[in-house]
Amino acid sequence: MFSGFDFDVIQRSWTYLFMEGMTFTLTLTALAMAGGIVFGTLLAMMRLSSIRPVSMLASAYVNLMRSVPLVLVIFWFFFLVPYIGAWIIGAKEPVRVGAFGSAAITFTLFEAAYYCEIMRAGIQSIPRGQVWSGFALGLDYWQTMARIVLPQAFRNMLPVLLTQTIILFQDTSLVYVISATDFLGAAAKVANRDYRLVEMYSFVAVVYFVLSYGLSTLVKGLQKRIAIIK
Amino acid sequence: MNYNWHWKVLFEMEPGSTGTYVHYLLVGLGWTLATALAAWVIALAIGALVGTLRTTPMKWVVCAGNLYVEIFRNVPLIVQMFLWFFVVPEFLPQALGDWVKQMPPPWGSYVPAVLCLGIFTSVRVAEQVKAGINSLPRGQRMAGIAMGLTETQTYGTVILPQAFRIVLPPLTSEFMNVIKNSSVALTIGLLELTGRARAMQEFSFRVFEAFTAATVIYLLTNLVVVLAMRALERKVRVPGLIAADNAPQA
Repeated sequence: MFSGFDFDVIQRSWTYLFMEGMTFTLTLTALAMAGGIVFGTLLAMMRLSSIRPVSMLASAYVNLMRSVPLVLVIFWFFFLVPYIGAWIIGAKEPVRVGAFGSAAITFTLFEAAYYCEIMRAGIQSIPRGQVWSGFALGLDYWQTMARIVLPQAFRNMLPVLLTQTIILFQDTSLVYVISATDFLGAAAKVANRDYRLVEMYSFVAVVYFVLSYGLSTLVKGLQKRIAIIK
Repeated sequence: MNYNWHWKVLFEMEPGSTGTYVHYLLVGLGWTLATALAAWVIALAIGALVGTLRTTPMKWVVCAGNLYVEIFRNVPLIVQMFLWFFVVPEFLPQALGDWVKQMPPPWGSYVPAVLCLGIFTSVRVAEQVKAGINSLPRGQRMAGIAMGLTETQTYGTVILPQAFRIVLPPLTSEFMNVIKNSSVALTIGLLELTGRARAMQEFSFRVFEAFTAATVIYLLTNLVVVLAMRALERKVRVPGLIAADNAPQA
């Protein structure tokens, strides 16, 4: 079955695949995770707000992002970000944004909707008495959130947040559609140049499997540890 | 923002002159739904089977089921798409592989896309089915056995009829995921809704009109699916369970 397999192509392109491709993928994942969790937490706080317009705005945003395919969102932002950039700095012409910048903004804003739902569940899992005691101690809303509610919510939801990050890690491969050189993009470029599609795509699948499976095993271990402490 | 909207473009002819752009996009929606529905049938069949087998006491069957789930859950969908499209035909027997590669468009992309999405989704369905079966009280299975039913009969008459009704609400969101995920098939050349929106943008240079139209069509499709599934959920709700009193609103 593997008799006609050209393993040499993987060895030849190793540096390109990992130094360029995998670096892109991991940087994008890390940035989108950090940005997505911050923005998602703010969205969750907005969704739980008692001010109607604020909570409706956040719900509308989350529902919109969750009902549209990621591929379409990637296309949207790929074309939209240059216009928004021009609007912000007041330029006449759309600004130039590279594939990486565009992808980072897309994934941050898209994943925020999913992180928001996780953080919302996390905040809702905290007993209401915690908030009341915060207020009773004279803390204001932001202090109560930052010092009492969010640290607990974040800790309870850590395994779920990490699982979502593994999904994000896999989803970043969709930047292929805007021809970015992520891990898959790099492999696809080598595959088409050397006509080694079978070898490269099989290799990509194996690498993604090993990384995702390894990470999800780690998350499972973490989940057990957190569960015991509680 | 200084973008000149030009909505009339939707009613102009597309270059292939099969009709207006609206028509072009709606045919795309047709392909999206055709892909999603066919994949959903595969996903339900395999998912129900694998999910059920993973709750049985047979060790090696559970192991095989876990292996299946882990493999298809830990590889990104687009990579699986490429495997089905580029790699699988190479490993088929020569004659069959050639036949697959020479399938006329759009079937050459449609068939791999359906298989890929179906199996990708079956893993998620299997997880839900397994969770549904495990959520039943243990006594149900024991009572079945105590009544003299065989393992198979217990599953067929006691466990599965309840489990399937319990997992229906979470499966709604899986079904919406299949519709959304079918857009990944554009990478192997299937002109479904997102693919056609992109093609329209390339033909007409009306970027935001094309994507807005596609977004609106997706939102409407979601709305229809949610409403239809809510009606179905009401119908199959298991009387007596907590969920029957105050059903979670999707």
